[in-house]
Amino acid sequence: MSNIKLDCKNMSCPAPIIEVSKAIKEINTGDVLEVEATDQGFEPDIQAWSKQTGHELISLDVGDVLKAVIRKV
Amino acid sequence: MEEREELRAETEENPYLEARFKGLEQKIKKLKNELKASQKQLPTNALTIIVFSGDMDRLMASFILSSTAAAMGMEVTMFFTMWGLVALKKSVHYHGKTLPEKMITFMMPSHPKHAKLSKMNMLGGGKKFLEFLMKKKNIQNVSDYIEMARNMGVKFIACSMTMDLMGIKADELLKPMVFCGATTYLANASTSKINLFI
Repeated sequence: MSNIKLDCKNMSCPAPIIEVSKAIKEINTGDVLEVEATDQGFEPDIQAWSKQTGHELISLDVGDVLKAVIRKV
Repeated sequence: MEEREELRAETEENPYLEARFKGLEQKIKKLKNELKASQKQLPTNALTIIVFSGDMDRLMASFILSSTAAAMGMEVTMFFTMWGLVALKKSVHYHGKTLPEKMITFMMPSHPKHAKLSKMNMLGGGKKFLEFLMKKKNIQNVSDYIEMARNMGVKFIACSMTMDLMGIKADELLKPMVFCGATTYLANASTSKINLFI
């Protein structure tokens, strides 16, 4: 089980979600993806994305830099 | 299956039960077929977009929506018609065209990067200002979004009828390209969850 970091800071919608969807394809089931973004729309977007795709959103920290941790299901 | 065998053995002795049993089996078979037919009619996890407008701001909306839907695992098809065909242009040429076709080729933008704004274009001044703002906020331009959508596996389909109308030839568009008419689009749209006209 590995942790992969994805830097999506200073990317505007929909780039962060696009990068997450690309990265999730590269990793194995059970692996964890840590994403950092500055786009405030990322907060509801990543929740909608995980609900739609079925991957697990382990945690989501908000602030100037948002951090989401996702596990591939 | 074993329960059925037991029931069979019991009903063989009782003709009334046998008839009831057979009737139920037939009903179940009928319901199974009806369920299969209903499931085929359910909307699929797909998005179709009719890209009718060739304006820069509307094209951006079209491509952003299609890329995002693809990122969410939806099957996306964009059907380009009329002014929207500009988004598919790679390079234009004039040879092999009739005079009216050459005229319309001249009057239309030759590449999506030349698309104007739908509002406040102000002879190009408004567009330049918006592009300046976009650069400041790290927002990509139309050409980038088109490439993004393509890389996400969004299907691009060109309307053959309006292509003919606008004097656009197949070799002027991005490759590979699929061509179809309204019927194909509507057949696709009738089973897709979301259908948009932009």
